[in-house]
Amino acid sequence: MKLTREQAAQVAKLARLDLPEAELSKLATQMDAILAYVDKLNELDTDGIEPMSHAVPMDNAFREDQIKPSIGLERALKNAPAAKDDCFQVPKVIE
Amino acid sequence: MELTDLNLQQLQEQLAQGSVSSVDATRAYLDRITATNDNYNTYITVCEAEALAMAEAADKRISAGDAAPLTGIPLAVKDIFNTEGVKTTAGSRILGDFVSPYDATAVARLKQQGAVLLGKLNMDEFAMGSSNENSAYGPAKNPWDTERVPGGSSGGSAACVAARQAVATLGTDTGGSIRQPASHCGVVGLKPTYGRVSRYGVIAYASSLDQVGPVARTVSDCALLLQGVAGYDTADSTSVDRPVEDYLADLQGGVKGMRIGLPQEYFIDGLDPEVQQAVEKAIETYRGLGAEIVPVNLPHTDYAVACYYLIATAEASSNLARYEGVRFGRRVDNGKGLIEMFCSSRAEGFGPEVKRRIMLGTYALSSGYYDAYYLKAQKVRTLIRQDFNNAFDQVDLLLTPVAPTPAFKLGEKVNDPLQMYLSDIFTIPLNLAGTCGMSVPCGLTGEKLPVGMQLIGKPFAEATLLRAAYAYEQAGEWQQLRPE
Amino acid sequence: MNSIFEPVIGLEVHVQLNTATKIFCGCSTAFGATPNSQTCPVCLGLPGALPVLNRQVVENAITAGLATNCQIAPRSIFARKNYFYPDLPKGYQISQYELPICEHGWLDIETDNGGKRIGITRIHMEEDAGKLLHAEESEGGSSLVDLNRACTPLLEIVSEPDMRSSDEAVAYLKKLHQIVVYLGITDGNMEEGSFRCDANVSVRPHGQEKFGTRAELKNINSFRFVKEAIEYEIDRQIELIEDGGKVVQETRLFNADTGITRSMRGKEEAHDYRYFPDPDLLPLNVDSDWIERVRGELPELPAAKRQRYQEQLGLSDYDAEVLAAERPMAEYFERCTALHDNPKACANWTMGEVQRGLNEQSISIGECPVTPELLTGLIARIDDNTISNKIAKQVFDQIWQTGKSADVIIEEQGLKQVTDTGAIEALVDEVIAANPAQVEQFRAGQEKVLGFFVGQVMKASKGKANPQMVNELLRNKLKG
Repeated sequence: MKLTREQAAQVAKLARLDLPEAELSKLATQMDAILAYVDKLNELDTDGIEPMSHAVPMDNAFREDQIKPSIGLERALKNAPAAKDDCFQVPKVIE
Repeated sequence: MELTDLNLQQLQEQLAQGSVSSVDATRAYLDRITATNDNYNTYITVCEAEALAMAEAADKRISAGDAAPLTGIPLAVKDIFNTEGVKTTAGSRILGDFVSPYDATAVARLKQQGAVLLGKLNMDEFAMGSSNENSAYGPAKNPWDTERVPGGSSGGSAACVAARQAVATLGTDTGGSIRQPASHCGVVGLKPTYGRVSRYGVIAYASSLDQVGPVARTVSDCALLLQGVAGYDTADSTSVDRPVEDYLADLQGGVKGMRIGLPQEYFIDGLDPEVQQAVEKAIETYRGLGAEIVPVNLPHTDYAVACYYLIATAEASSNLARYEGVRFGRRVDNGKGLIEMFCSSRAEGFGPEVKRRIMLGTYALSSGYYDAYYLKAQKVRTLIRQDFNNAFDQVDLLLTPVAPTPAFKLGEKVNDPLQMYLSDIFTIPLNLAGTCGMSVPCGLTGEKLPVGMQLIGKPFAEATLLRAAYAYEQAGEWQQLRPE
Repeated sequence: MNSIFEPVIGLEVHVQLNTATKIFCGCSTAFGATPNSQTCPVCLGLPGALPVLNRQVVENAITAGLATNCQIAPRSIFARKNYFYPDLPKGYQISQYELPICEHGWLDIETDNGGKRIGITRIHMEEDAGKLLHAEESEGGSSLVDLNRACTPLLEIVSEPDMRSSDEAVAYLKKLHQIVVYLGITDGNMEEGSFRCDANVSVRPHGQEKFGTRAELKNINSFRFVKEAIEYEIDRQIELIEDGGKVVQETRLFNADTGITRSMRGKEEAHDYRYFPDPDLLPLNVDSDWIERVRGELPELPAAKRQRYQEQLGLSDYDAEVLAAERPMAEYFERCTALHDNPKACANWTMGEVQRGLNEQSISIGECPVTPELLTGLIARIDDNTISNKIAKQVFDQIWQTGKSADVIIEEQGLKQVTDTGAIEALVDEVIAANPAQVEQFRAGQEKVLGFFVGQVMKASKGKANPQMVNELLRNKLKG
């Protein structure tokens, strides 16, 4: 068993997914099978191998510090599920 | 002959001669879409009014002698491209009625050239899938057999071309999402080298793997469309500042003396005999055309799927964090507070495959597992790239099958995600290596299902790839396959 | 100072850079605009948008690193810090994690026990989040999100846990603030959040090597609050331990109104930020040419200036410190000394009349109507005895009001000092003749009366007579 249902629940919490019990159990089983499969990577000795995070080896892409017009308030808020006072509105954040 | 039968090159000629107007062509496509979209479910959104306006503008441009290569050509794009003022869904419920305020760079380039945008094409949700069955808008169907999947994730892009619902289309390819559906639908699809086409405005699935590419009826059409979108973009840090070759100039150069490698690891037991036969016949064709066929090895092929599903899901888990119902998209608020709002919006907005991958990716990055999964996969990725580098020291191109089987039946694999993942075994390694590849039709099975072969090129050797594909296309009998 | 426990303090400072545009997009960073008006697909975190790094941010990070004695990493990478919060548009913050741009620096501070070196662990670049506004009045309560600030560039400067008192923490913080403002990479405005401080505080018995469990104090936005918050926290932890309790590792919020820190439990779940290299941004390579160019462009920093003012210009330690403390003041002063070679007088006038005028009108030195050119024009006339110091102060006020040069004012108003012996002699004679009683007093040995005569003569000359000459002539004549 690579992954318990409890671990799956913790992952769901981290990923902000509210999953009903049945869905979570099913996912846990499927993830467990996939994780068992990906374990095959451990057959390979990767000591001293550089990790690859980009497909093309390049560096240093910059833009200059010059202002570009913003898209404007109206377009920024157009798709908002809720807006108020020129802002996106969300349920109260408790600090 | 109907207007929709003209391929891109033919339509281009007719538009230039003035024998056909863009408005006529656009109307013909819109009519065809109306007549057939219920069958194929390829379009999520059809932009009728916008398309006709673009066609009118294109006709003016053509008569003013100001035409670019794609002016007036009715095209369609996968619904993963942001299109200003048009609904953009990524095949997901969570984007709801999201109307993008901006154009993806690839779309902007098409518009600048005066191409006509017919609409937005069906896809697996967030490009996660190999069958198009993960679309929140129902699966697109394979025009060769509507009981079968068109492949995925750019299923709509490939089916649309096969069904003559657009001259050509754009898709995206993260692990085979252009090549596999192109193969299943009997059309030509090309995944360029990572960095060749801008990703700006393309809704991200796995950022280090995603790449935009064309799907078309012929190799020349594919080259024309790639020419229209390729090139450096300052808005995408990972796009490469390197001149774009003239893909048409060298198209007829042939393959004489070209060294074509056959990776031994790709001709395996699980390969469908009919697929194997078709690919072997294509190899013989190449031999006959004067290419030298050489066996090569890509020894880490067997690890590619595992490597891919860790890297892609990890990146996806982060890329998809922005869908939480604050600034756009679907919000489910049951009044239980902010965190609940996030969790419910995401749980109800994402489909099962997307949730599965977010979960897997979150786990692969989480504290205590990062080194064992994500970092390990990144190192294996280096080994896989080295495989390709080594092979390309010996040969100019690689030739392989695209998928182990022809298009499978709708529903056949939905309950076994791992089996579905494994069907991408031949396409995934390229994305990991970052290099280019394409799918070219090379046969039909007894059940009249298309089979594609995959040509794999060195990084930025798209021109060589296209030249080899063109040589085969001209020599073979599978030119412009089309379903009944 | 507790005799048993010793506090251990490390500071994390967020400096908002004053670039024209955000770190990953071309939106303006100007403060105070209509909410969400300075946004684009990138900083709104719209689907498909991609970041592109602002070169100036890198430049500023290198500048800050060099000024704080850091090593500049030849290769650094951006990483995603993943967490959900409504003011964080993408669901992750682009930051640097494993390979930051600067490491292994230090700053020297002055404490009551002499100088002390505070280590700087790292400096990294990152994007800021947006702002949450709380709409109290609305039904059921809701929060509002303004993303103008999202994606503005920050440097996070992390110190070693080298400070042992709130005073040391404040000294470090002030020094750091002075430097980053001096470098011109931030406005340093603490109220607007351009310079924000989190403090990691723990206590341990004196002599113990192992650190105690630390609390992270968030949101401290003035030097005074830093001191108060740290002191409150030290006392709280000591009291807790003395009562047999245990300090728990947690984030605590400082409330400036009550002077108390309180736990942020509730919001605080076990964080797992799942850092990984951002695939959308390329590795950053900073070669030695780049580093050396920035080094060559570094301004002289306050400590070096202070030393130079003393050693080369002969200023007192106090004057040197005051003049070097803020870059605009130092630049004003140095412009003066370049125009007129009398550093002491330039220092006195800058710290005296100029500063007084600025204070009265609440303006900055950049807005001072008496430019270095005008000021040194005035000092030159004192130095060549054209006017006296006293007259000079009147002339200064008029320069301030009119913007005219000292020479023009002296000429227009006939303020030129009288140095003609005959003319002064006549005035002296008049005054002596008019005050026989005082003459007697002087001659009787009351030297003090000389001051009276000087005053009378100066008055008669309307302040224009050369005081030294008046003095000399009076002495001669009074002696009889």
